[in-house]
Amino acid sequence: MTVVYALVLGFAAGILSGLFGVGGGILFVPTLSLVVGLSHLSAEATSLAAIIPVVAVGAWQQNRYGNVRWRPALVIGLSSAGGVAGGVALATWLSEGVLERLFACLLLVVAARLAWSARR
Amino acid sequence: MSRTRPVVALPAIGLAAGFFSALFGVGGGVIVVPLLVLLLGYSTRWATGTSLAAIGLTALFGMAAYGALGEVSWPDAALVGFPAMLGTFVGTRAQQKVPTRVLTILFSVLLVAVAVRLFIG
Repeated sequence: MTVVYALVLGFAAGILSGLFGVGGGILFVPTLSLVVGLSHLSAEATSLAAIIPVVAVGAWQQNRYGNVRWRPALVIGLSSAGGVAGGVALATWLSEGVLERLFACLLLVVAARLAWSARR
Repeated sequence: MSRTRPVVALPAIGLAAGFFSALFGVGGGVIVVPLLVLLLGYSTRWATGTSLAAIGLTALFGMAAYGALGEVSWPDAALVGFPAMLGTFVGTRAQQKVPTRVLTILFSVLLVAVAVRLFIG
């Protein structure tokens, strides 16, 4: 049954991310923790793997519209490795509860930004 | 704009995006897009496209690091990621056709509800 939920919610997350231009991660993490039942840290780790096919398609589509500047993207992508190391270290050091609450704060910020963009 | 600015700004954006992405398990577009617009004067469309391409690498590094720690559940990643890939096509198409304002408000309400659920954990 969890398999069906994961498939359906994954599909829904894709639709929402296409509609609103937010990444799939913001939806993958709660799906994986609250519905599939992973720990919050595993949900975050698994979300990153699940993001890859989604952004691959997104980047390919954007590239067709001529919206990708590849050299800057490469510089950002490669230099992100340093930040990733720090982020992984902090996420594994923090307790599950704190990590969950931090993520909840991120959800509120994104919700506020979306609502702000929808004003009139 | 001086020529040195992207040389400093791009790696700085990358470092911040990587940290944010790995800490929250998200791509990092939430910060890459506004930073490209604010620091380097990108149009929103350029920023979105460039951010997506960069995030591919960021997520790859994050996946590798967490994978090495044994935190990635590979079957669940496939279960969620591949249907999402198909959903993205549908969502991107629908974006052109449906009135998004009400949907956007409903979506932010959903995000707030999930946040509340996580807070009361």
